Amino acid sequence: MPDNGASKAQTVSTSTNGAAAETRRQRVRMLISALGMLPVLLILCIGFHFLSEGRFFTGQNLGIVLQQAAVNTVLAAGMTFVILTGGIDLSVGSILAASAMAGLIISKLPDLGALWLPVAVLTGLGFGVINGALIALLRLPPFIVTLGSLTAVRGLARLLGADTTVFNPSIPYAFIGNGSLTLIPGVASIPWLSVIALLVILVSWLVLRRTVLGVHIYAVGGNESAARLAGIKVWAVLIFVYGVSGLLAGLGGAMQAARLYAANGLQLGQSYELDAITAVILGGTSFVGGIGSIWGTLVGALIIAVLSNGLILTGVSDIWQYVIKGLVIIGAVALDRYRLQGSART
Amino acid sequence: MNDPILDMRGVSKSFFGIKALRAVDLTVYAGEVHALMGENGAGKSTLMKILSGAYRPDPGGEIRIDGRSVRIEGPLAGRNAGISIIYQELSLAPNLSVAENIYLGREISRSGLLARGAMREGVGPILQRLGADFLPSTLVAHLSMGQRQLVEIARALHARSKILIMDEPTTALSAGESERLFALIRQLRTEGLAIIYISHRMDEVYALGDRVTVLRDGRLVGSLDKQDIRADAIVRMMVGRDVSSFYKKDHDPEAGRGHPVLAAIDMADGRRVRGCSLTVHAGEVVGLAGLIGAGRTELAHLIIGAAPRISGRLELEGRQIEIRTPGEALEAGVAYLTEDRKALGLFLDMSCLDNINLAVLGRDAKLGGWLDRDKARERADRAFAGLSIRAANVAVSAGGLSGGNQQKVLLSRLLAIAPKVLILDEPTRGVDVGAKSEIYSIIDNLAKAGTAILVISSDLPEIIGICDRVVVMRTGHIAGEIRRTETAPLNQEDIMALATGMEHLDA
Repeated sequence: MPDNGASKAQTVSTSTNGAAAETRRQRVRMLISALGMLPVLLILCIGFHFLSEGRFFTGQNLGIVLQQAAVNTVLAAGMTFVILTGGIDLSVGSILAASAMAGLIISKLPDLGALWLPVAVLTGLGFGVINGALIALLRLPPFIVTLGSLTAVRGLARLLGADTTVFNPSIPYAFIGNGSLTLIPGVASIPWLSVIALLVILVSWLVLRRTVLGVHIYAVGGNESAARLAGIKVWAVLIFVYGVSGLLAGLGGAMQAARLYAANGLQLGQSYELDAITAVILGGTSFVGGIGSIWGTLVGALIIAVLSNGLILTGVSDIWQYVIKGLVIIGAVALDRYRLQGSART
Repeated sequence: MNDPILDMRGVSKSFFGIKALRAVDLTVYAGEVHALMGENGAGKSTLMKILSGAYRPDPGGEIRIDGRSVRIEGPLAGRNAGISIIYQELSLAPNLSVAENIYLGREISRSGLLARGAMREGVGPILQRLGADFLPSTLVAHLSMGQRQLVEIARALHARSKILIMDEPTTALSAGESERLFALIRQLRTEGLAIIYISHRMDEVYALGDRVTVLRDGRLVGSLDKQDIRADAIVRMMVGRDVSSFYKKDHDPEAGRGHPVLAAIDMADGRRVRGCSLTVHAGEVVGLAGLIGAGRTELAHLIIGAAPRISGRLELEGRQIEIRTPGEALEAGVAYLTEDRKALGLFLDMSCLDNINLAVLGRDAKLGGWLDRDKARERADRAFAGLSIRAANVAVSAGGLSGGNQQKVLLSRLLAIAPKVLILDEPTRGVDVGAKSEIYSIIDNLAKAGTAILVISSDLPEIIGICDRVVVMRTGHIAGEIRRTETAPLNQEDIMALATGMEHLDA
């Protein structure tokens, strides 16, 4: 039976080869899923660079892109916490407006002016915690609760300024809106808005990946009933994530106020929630919760900013920009689905 | 017998170079119930998915239906070839009516409008033939699990299927519903249908199987005819070795006389549990038996604070304690393994590491809630080694593991808190034979170490095999208790008599 033995040996060797190929393939797949939409971002950047005849990759333009991405990045970071639990926060644009209004009003008070920044952030936190409490304690659907506060908080924002634009040309800490942090004097600097956004991403990453709370957020999004049985205080996690979303919307409001020296309760932050949600989804976070990463969200926010910037550079009309942006978003997510076929759910 | 209705020859299937099926033959005749058995991962589902068109086989094999060679290249082709499959998780739309579900994808329309009336009339005769006690217009959401299965069968018959594949059809059914299903399967068999019946449960295979085919590691081990079907033969074929000491019970049988660890007194929720008391001692394994719907899981949920109770109190090691949430139960050292590990236990997208550590993250964490990743890693590695969890590494997501390994991951999470009381709800449901025996020995070792264990199980041989004492529930009450003695071992008849209320008739 020498034949038989030889064929057996061959089967063994092919199966080990197969296993090695499988681990290799798995590693490639993990790398691809870790990179996420980064390749799309890079292709967009390079494409716009050539289409705009070399005007994209200049220090000045990149600074503009980063600055434009900053506020949306901050909102999207908060949105990532919420969507990871399987929820949604539609009220961030309104909260941003109300916080900016509250901040500007305080900034005009003679002695308390310097307190405007914490007031703006805490206003956001307050609204966020109210959202969270309604969702966690009264068990109302997040979509409905935040749809309600989208409208109600917008109204409050208008009330705050008696429906006018509030100006303060001498607002304290104005540098965070328009100044830059100098990295190498005369050569490289980075807008303070972008520094704040990157810090927010970094802190969010630490919370999501390095703390107990972070694991609990993923757990609640992955399987809420199992989380409850595993002893996780689901209500506390939910209040936390909506609180974070509100707090970061408040921070976004402060950033806008410092940048514009003004706020208007009606116009500021209109439909910002949609850009934030888009950034999170572009970043590969699952809409049903439990899967996703904050780095993906950063890439998503950058894709949106690069698209706007690049379309302006290439001279595409304002109207067509909307159409193209919409199609790129759908196309990018379709690509993502295709890439992760079978390995992820949405 | 005449010519086979289904003849598979040398069917193989590989995924990324890994062979899931190796040249498997399967021959099925019209008018027989063909049981397909094997451990999880043996290739049963792959084989069935090839038949239903969900997977395409590797080139080389052949599938003949009614003597004609066929290629099944998609779910529709499978259906057209006369094959219907009823999955464990039923695939009905609960928001649609029975008739709409049966006609799903092949609706009757008249000039573009849905002809609801014609569809209802169309399914009438089939429902009647199956002895259905509901109307074609009933919403599926209003049906019981057994009735829903009937709708699935009606759908298969309506598509004029000649081969019906059933994948563990009784998992979600009560005993009565299972009995009715068996009667129906026998009726369909005499009507000439070929039924491929996948099950882990030996008693079902005895009751129904005309022939048994066993798969192991993607290979055909062999087939047995009706007269040769014996449990030991099948188990030997499935695991490839003799299973002499399947149930392990080395812990001290006198443990029941030790000190009581958990005492639940007069627990009630006002609906499914009506005043139940039970006690579990250190080092004792107590079985909680009863029919499905008797209130066993509900009682466990009351004990761990997962459901609100209207009366009752708990004593832990002689002291009265208050448990209001599952979190408080874990803190007190009372751990509960859910019967539904996918819906209520595991986080399928999270890593095994996170799943195992979830209950102790807070306890292990450094100041300020920072994860102690070394400790977590160590704990997961220890669980993998101690419970022989088979997965590539601790970082893979729990959803990709087999049922047995998932169960061991979930069990590791509970063991991480070093529980004083462990409540196991159907610990071996959907778990293959090898992992079953491993779980029994884990339970035995825990009892030896002094843990008080309560096992809820519908598998009577399992209860008899591993428990020292059995508490039987019936319609929300404790119907009675049977203690193992040296002269009188536990037996199924006594337990069933209590569970069904037959003990009064005997007397």
